[in-house]
Amino acid sequence: MRKKVMFYPGCTLKGVAKNLEDSTVESARVLGYDFIELPGWTCCGAVYGLAQDSVKFTIANVRNLIKAQNYGKEIGDNRLIAVCSMCYNNLRRAHIDVMKNKDKLKTLDLFMDEEANYEGNINVLHYLQFLKNDVGFENIKTMVKKPLKGLKVAPYYGCLLLRPEEISIDDREDPHILEDLLRLLGAEVVDYPLKNECCGSYHTVDKKEIVGERTYKLVSVAREMGADVIATSCPLCFFNLDKRQEIAKKKHSEFEHMPIVYFTQLMAIAFGLTSQDVLHFDKHYISPEEVLKKWL
Amino acid sequence: MAMKRIGVFICHCGRNIAGTVDVKRVAEEIGKREDVAFSTTYVFMCSQPGQKLIEDSVKKYNLDGVVVANCSPTLHEKTMRNAAARAGLNPYRVEIANIREWAAWPHEDNPDAATRKAIRIINATIEKLKANASLEPIEVPVIRRALVIGGGVAGMQAALDIADSGIETILVEKEATIGGNMFRLSETFPTLDCPQCILTPKMNDVAAHPNIKLYTYSEVEDVEGFMGNFKVKIKKKATFVDWDKCTGCGECLRVCPAHADSEFDLKMAKRTSIYIANEQAVPLKALIDENSCIRLQFEKKVKEGKIKPKKNVKICSKCADVCEPNAIHFQNNEEIVEEEVGAIIVATGYEVMPAEAFPELGGKYPDVITSLQFERLLAPSGPTAGIPRRPSDGKVPESIAFVHCVGSRDPQNGVPYCSRICCMYTIKQAMLVKHAMHDAAVYDFYIDIRSNGKGYEEFYHRAKEEYGVNFIRGKVSKVYKVGDKYRVQGVDTLTGRIVEVDVDMVVLATAAKGSSTVKEIAKKLRIPYDEWGWLKETHLKLKPLETPVGGVFIAGAAQFIKDITDSVSQGSGAAAKVMALLSKPELEKEPLLAKVDPEICAGCGRCKDQCAYDAITIDPVRHVSVVNEALCEGCGACSANCPTTAIQVVNFKKGQVVRAIDVLAEVF
Ligand SMILES: Cc1cc2nc3c(=O)[nH]c(=O)nc-3n(C[C@H](O)[C@H](O)[C@H](O)COP(=O)(O)OP(=O)(O)OC[C@H]3O[C@@H](n4cnc5c(N)ncnc54)[C@H](O)[C@@H]3O)c2cc1C
Ligand code: SF4
Ligand code: SF4
Ligand code: SF4
Ligand code: SF4
Repeated sequence: MRKKVMFYPGCTLKGVAKNLEDSTVESARVLGYDFIELPGWTCCGAVYGLAQDSVKFTIANVRNLIKAQNYGKEIGDNRLIAVCSMCYNNLRRAHIDVMKNKDKLKTLDLFMDEEANYEGNINVLHYLQFLKNDVGFENIKTMVKKPLKGLKVAPYYGCLLLRPEEISIDDREDPHILEDLLRLLGAEVVDYPLKNECCGSYHTVDKKEIVGERTYKLVSVAREMGADVIATSCPLCFFNLDKRQEIAKKKHSEFEHMPIVYFTQLMAIAFGLTSQDVLHFDKHYISPEEVLKKWL
Repeated sequence: MAMKRIGVFICHCGRNIAGTVDVKRVAEEIGKREDVAFSTTYVFMCSQPGQKLIEDSVKKYNLDGVVVANCSPTLHEKTMRNAAARAGLNPYRVEIANIREWAAWPHEDNPDAATRKAIRIINATIEKLKANASLEPIEVPVIRRALVIGGGVAGMQAALDIADSGIETILVEKEATIGGNMFRLSETFPTLDCPQCILTPKMNDVAAHPNIKLYTYSEVEDVEGFMGNFKVKIKKKATFVDWDKCTGCGECLRVCPAHADSEFDLKMAKRTSIYIANEQAVPLKALIDENSCIRLQFEKKVKEGKIKPKKNVKICSKCADVCEPNAIHFQNNEEIVEEEVGAIIVATGYEVMPAEAFPELGGKYPDVITSLQFERLLAPSGPTAGIPRRPSDGKVPESIAFVHCVGSRDPQNGVPYCSRICCMYTIKQAMLVKHAMHDAAVYDFYIDIRSNGKGYEEFYHRAKEEYGVNFIRGKVSKVYKVGDKYRVQGVDTLTGRIVEVDVDMVVLATAAKGSSTVKEIAKKLRIPYDEWGWLKETHLKLKPLETPVGGVFIAGAAQFIKDITDSVSQGSGAAAKVMALLSKPELEKEPLLAKVDPEICAGCGRCKDQCAYDAITIDPVRHVSVVNEALCEGCGACSANCPTTAIQVVNFKKGQVVRAIDVLAEVF
């Protein structure tokens, strides 16, 4: 029987990261889950969620959690899946924050008097956690039609899946959940020590050169380690590592481009979903087509 | 008989109390009480004239009780009691009202409230005092023998000092040799002594001392009893060799075909299954490691029925075949011995966090090792004869990076504190590398150099100026393998730039923690320890060697990581404490202990369940609770749980405490 689960896409997935959204939803479908877009979802707060004194900035997320609470009751499931690392980070942190600070929750509940109160039982999960613990990695393996044999992948977590500690989906310093999944898909995972290093984040807006340097470093080491492609789950990391190769190349003539993909795209390909309606390679600055053509 | 002629002495403590509390007003108010014969104030009650004031007043006003309103009783209760006793008043008729920590300090901003609170505290104390009984100290006999647990440099020093004073001392060491971690070191900062050279004489002295009984490869199994009278069970672990016969010739080691990691070399080398801890081990005796010996493993599997022995199969006995004195018997000779002692010193030392705990710093690679492991590679007597070689391929490294503060000062990944000795030993190691291999490139990544000891800062400057060690101020964030090299990625906070160096080997100065055995041993002794395995002293400043359990002391790195100088000093210090304790034939003990009224006691045993010191038994015949005065610490846990008020702590009786609380809460 197919199972309905709530899915929080976030704004980026509706635009530049269409490739992340479609490969997520479609890969989940193969595994027997219908990812239902959370009705009426709003902004996750993006960077504002990082502010410390954050009653105001938690509003958006708690409102989302309340929406999930309402809809979750309808479908009888309290899980809310996010795949964008930033959305996951913000939603999960907001949940933990208000559960720890009941005063804050009270203030928020009073402020949002048009909504129900948040009862605190929404389980915010990143897609990777869902795959590992709820679907079960062993069940994923059985759905692999085209093992990515010979594809050398550098797994890249960035920071938002791992920090702060209380929302980390794996060991902060030496995570391996992504490696484990990629191996199940048949890919060869290279030792990628920079997997949790900073991508330069929002400096991409006003200090592009910094991000250009980060990208240069992150891509060059991935290359040094023998990778063909870097896999990530974060649209911001994706954008920086992909698009900013342009700057890296300008500054370092020896620099070699490398395509960046979402792990969900690799999963979709391994499941045999190779249509561009799912993969959207037009959203990539460095096209992964050449590297992946064997499996397309 | 309730007291009627109480003297109250209010201390100014300079301005500590008098700066906030209106001491004159307090003395006046208290002086109005009918039961107070005399009340006054004085600038420092703990000073000699202050004590004299008590003595004189007791005599002059014929006082039958005294309240001193001053600082915490942990500081000067004894002083004041002694002063009263000199004037002939029973010392247990003196009570302290703490108006410094309880009134003056917390209410600095509100003198009036502080003054009123001080008055209330004193009134409450008087109410309690009035029902105090006169008491005499309890005397318990003392066994004039001592036990030292841990045979590192601290424990050895303690044992030698006590033994020299003529007291028989038992030293228990869990490893097959004494010497501890110091014996593993290459050279010692800041003097660059050879630790083996300066330690072997001490080790031999320990072994030869007529007053020291040495148990190596042994552990304390159980401790019973109390200060002056401990009964200790010691487990001598199985060696499978008769040590009375073994001469330490080492013939067996040459023929043994089985191997395992060397404990002494911390996995930097292999040893045979039958082994002697190291070449200078004390005692120099062979033992078999059950888990790797071909014969013992075979016998074990046969015994478990996992394999059936074929007839006439010759199973390894090579060691026994060459052992001339026939010492090797392959019998499990584990044994429990019992000893009685009057005092115990715990000197179980430290351990360092393993490199594997830091995968992000390369701890998962073979050539990224801890500093303690690196000591073995630098030691002339070590597996590489003092010229470090990479564990992975035996190559002599041309470049080495040292990383400070690995896991230290890092609550998330390790411990919150500074491990205190790692700056110095890292500098030492960098120096020794440069000394042995002039052309090696040495990078030392530090946050800040902590060189606070005699000759330490000078030592650091030598490393920079004479040896040309490349010190880089900044943290390392990652170490990873690229080809044959290890890339160290860090930051130079002086230039504000990211630094990367590719080196052959990386040495991590990992955080120190208490011995992993400490929890077990501390539980047996009922002494406290913290979450990092350090034993807790009674008072960090004034009682660093004492524990809350009478007769049990701590010394050396077991208390907190420290260098050799401090470890040795603490060893001697704890020894002096033990000698003082054991110098008397009998011990005096505070009589403020639990007492049972057998008329009321129902024998329910609730008190017994609460007692952390096992001081209570239920008399099976009379069916009442009985307190062992030697064991009781007077904590009162029993009395709080007694449904009938049969068991009460002397001078802390229910009526006294409740009245005091009533006054504090102004119920009257
Ligand atoms: C890499 C490194 C380099 C160093 N270099 C220097 C230096 O150059 N100069 C300097 O001054 N200091 C140096 N030190 C510090 C030095 O090692 C310590 O100061 C010293 O070893 C502390 O002595 P200790 O006896 O207190 O503890 P330890 O040396 O740890 O000895 C404790 C002993 O107790 C035993 N033990 C533990 N638990 C039990 C138990 N339950 N039962 C029985 N026995 C037990 C252990 O086996 C050990 O033999 C260095 C430390 C490190 C890590
Ligand atoms: S007795 Fe206590 S309060 Fe009084 S002077 Fe001494 S230290 Fe200060
Ligand atoms: S051969 Fe015998 S005597 Fe010599 S070291 Fe070995 S066990 Fe001891
Ligand atoms: S029986 Fe054989 S394997 Fe065992 S210790 Fe003796 S020589 Fe080594
Ligand atoms: S002694 Fe030095 S290396 Fe060790 S924790 Fe302290 S600062 Fe860090």
